Amino acid sequence: MKSPKVVTSTAAGIVVLGLGLSACGGGDDDGGGGGNGAKFDAGSTAVVNVSDHKGGVLKFAQPDDFESLDPANIYYAYGLNFVRIFSRSLMTYNSKPGLEGSKMVPDLAEAPGTASNGSKTWTYKLKRGVKYEDGTEVKAKDIKYAVARTFDRSVLHNGPSYFPQLLDVGGKYDGPFKDKNLDNFKGVSTPDDYTVVFNLKSAFSEFDQVVGFSGQTAPVPAAKDTGVRYGMHPVSTGPYKLQGDYTPKKGGTWVRNTNWDPATDPNRKQLPDKIEVQSGLKAEEIDSRLQAGTVQIDLPGSGVQAAARQQILTNPKLKANSDNPLAGFHWYIPLNTKNIPNIECRKAIVYAADRSAMYRAYGGEVGGQVSTSIQPPAVQGREKGTDFYTKADPTYTGDQAQAKASLAKCGKPGGFSTNMIFRSDRPKEKATAEALQQSLAKVNIKLNLKGYPSGTYTNEQLGAPKFMAKEKIGLGTYGWAPDWNTGYGYLQPVSDVDAIVPTGNANAEELDDPQVNKMWDDVVAVQDPAQRAKIYNQIDARIREQAAILPNVYAKSLLYRPTNLTNVYFHAGYGMYDYANLGVTG
Amino acid sequence: MVAFIVRRLFGAVGLLLIISAVTFAIFFLVPRAAGVTTDDIAGRFAGKQPDAATLAAIKDRFGLDDPVPVQYGKFIKAIVVGDTYDTGTEKIDCPAPCLGYSFRTNQSVTDQLVDRAPVTFMITAGAAVLWLVAGVSIGILSALRRGTIFDRAAMGVALAGVSLPIFFTGLLSLAFIVHRWEILPAVNYSGPSDNPFNLLLPWICLAFLYAAMYARLTRAGMLETMNEDFIRTARAKGLPEKTVVLKHGLRASLTPIMTVFGLDVGLVLGGAIITEKTFSIPGLGQLALDGVNQSDLPVVLGATMTAALFIVLANLVVDILYGVIDPRVRHN
Repeated sequence: MKSPKVVTSTAAGIVVLGLGLSACGGGDDDGGGGGNGAKFDAGSTAVVNVSDHKGGVLKFAQPDDFESLDPANIYYAYGLNFVRIFSRSLMTYNSKPGLEGSKMVPDLAEAPGTASNGSKTWTYKLKRGVKYEDGTEVKAKDIKYAVARTFDRSVLHNGPSYFPQLLDVGGKYDGPFKDKNLDNFKGVSTPDDYTVVFNLKSAFSEFDQVVGFSGQTAPVPAAKDTGVRYGMHPVSTGPYKLQGDYTPKKGGTWVRNTNWDPATDPNRKQLPDKIEVQSGLKAEEIDSRLQAGTVQIDLPGSGVQAAARQQILTNPKLKANSDNPLAGFHWYIPLNTKNIPNIECRKAIVYAADRSAMYRAYGGEVGGQVSTSIQPPAVQGREKGTDFYTKADPTYTGDQAQAKASLAKCGKPGGFSTNMIFRSDRPKEKATAEALQQSLAKVNIKLNLKGYPSGTYTNEQLGAPKFMAKEKIGLGTYGWAPDWNTGYGYLQPVSDVDAIVPTGNANAEELDDPQVNKMWDDVVAVQDPAQRAKIYNQIDARIREQAAILPNVYAKSLLYRPTNLTNVYFHAGYGMYDYANLGVTG
Repeated sequence: MVAFIVRRLFGAVGLLLIISAVTFAIFFLVPRAAGVTTDDIAGRFAGKQPDAATLAAIKDRFGLDDPVPVQYGKFIKAIVVGDTYDTGTEKIDCPAPCLGYSFRTNQSVTDQLVDRAPVTFMITAGAAVLWLVAGVSIGILSALRRGTIFDRAAMGVALAGVSLPIFFTGLLSLAFIVHRWEILPAVNYSGPSDNPFNLLLPWICLAFLYAAMYARLTRAGMLETMNEDFIRTARAKGLPEKTVVLKHGLRASLTPIMTVFGLDVGLVLGGAIITEKTFSIPGLGQLALDGVNQSDLPVVLGATMTAALFIVLANLVVDILYGVIDPRVRHN
């Protein structure tokens, strides 16, 4: 029997062939293609196909499935984006195109949180009259219960763990499934039905982002909680409610929630009559249906596959219905500071890197934008910064003289050998690793390349310090998108020594720099966002000055929007189209 | 006959035990030998950057730190006497044979198998009828017209059918027949409530692959049989050619075809993985593939054992049918 990987690769090849042949035929039969007057990339910065048309069925499709539909048990951006159609939390991302979409705005809360006690206490006042799908009113205790649930990591293990890490529970708290008395949970207090107070262990200035980026403050009525199975029928507070149960690996249907009041919710619309999700559809099949207009959204939001990409970019009518935004990821190369401890050796790698070849490996102009800072452009307050030992120039091929000088200072004038890993099922990463291998070979730095499947790569190889040490991995390909679009959301996981974990480690450099660590310790208490951004930019520069990260490209995705999709725009907070405001015509 | 069936069923149970033990070993022992820790396995079920508390909670929930024989013992015990499942808010009874709950979706594996089985059954039934009827018919005609243009063309097509994998014919047919020429609608089938003719394209593609083999097999068998003495005798007795071919010739050639047919049906019932993946059909094959890709051990075990069960049962049915088809077997 053939392995799934072989089958998938071959299948992709066949689809390229098949669709390529189709494309050769002309392209007048694209169904949903062309004709709405929109231009290429228009949806990256503005709302396309603006319409208040109500009715129709909005169809989403995905090759796999959500990790859960329990808003508290989701971490991936597309799931967090999708659950906004039925769940509301204290704060949420602003539903606006452009960088405005990166900002947190009140959702269930009347206003952003009020910090007191040196940013250790955060208070939110709830809007009145927000109801569940059964008509009962949302109360503060429901939010307290929702937050308490996140403490039971055996039940909710997919979602973020910020609350267990940040809240002061006065000892050990196991969550409401094991401790039925909610009064025992001291991390959140509710002085009245409309006030929620969070008590933190220490100051944390970006708490609005913590309560807003995920669905963990979406209220849960305790009587309707079904534990690990809550994701099969989460109770709605948003414009749509689930019809029956969601069937994992198959899908579900949402219908209008008549108890949702648009007057309390400026961030969502209720345009389609129904929203359907179909799971388990092949990615290439989704692309075909997008072009035919029979599916409106590819749920993961990471862009079309190789075959459709070629088809879209070579057909003006299809291209006019596509967007090519910066997706929020930065594909970069972490240099492991434990296995290459000498900074001069790391600098030699950065100096010798052929940025032009690496840029082309990611698809050139459509694939990404050459990067300077580690923080991508969507991060609030991010500055482009200055290049260290390299140039963010698509034609820059490296500086071999400087690289050799660094090698001499490193004590290895004859070069050295190290190991580099990449995700073997990602052709762009493989091409990047090969481009780097060739450019480093010119200064006698030998890279031994080894690929690993993406299913285990970030947990068991690049994200596992034990593996990195055992296999002596010097470099890897990597990409990171922030939990929320501030310097903290982006940089802290990838550079703070406290963020190093045994599996799923994002600080793949294993950077333990006293300056960086101190800045992380201090910045969490700084209340002025502009001042914090300044420190984040300093951290960004310091990481590159330490040659711990070789910047590569800010990722761009190619998204297709069928002509029957309305109110569509790229959302900077989620790195894909905003799913909570879409409509459908025809 | 009853003793034979009982003996075979006992054998099947033993086989399933071996298969489950091997699957368990592949899932746990092989990765451990390669240096994968239980933290790594737990990390597959956690969100980004899981902290130590999260990993510990996952290991505790799935029992990953238990010795592998203990975990296997619990699995077998649940099949024999049932189990309970803690959702956090309640404990659910899982009656025997309990195959456990998915690590990913928290659904009962048995429920998922029962839900997916009709889909795979429908794919198999439609395709099997097509490939058997088409393959055997073409094989008979080719044998009777040996050396003619029809024979050569049919065997050429048969060779192509055997050579072209389903992900080639499937994806090409999707690209052209569904999306470009729009001759057939998109394949949408997720259960008995859907129109079974939505599966026409998968049936045809799957049948094209298998029919080719049956045509070649039937042709070879018929060529051999039609030269036998008893065929000459039948013709000498003045029997109509139709009776000679179908009743005497084909019947004697059917035994090897039935053997292969039983195996093929069992295999496809166990999960037409590539077909289901190609056409995005949520059957047992897709379930098994998702289980493997997501390290969902209970699902992998359930799907593997179901596939094995189907193959064993299909073989059993074929063994029983031997006697019905071939009088020589019955008399022996």
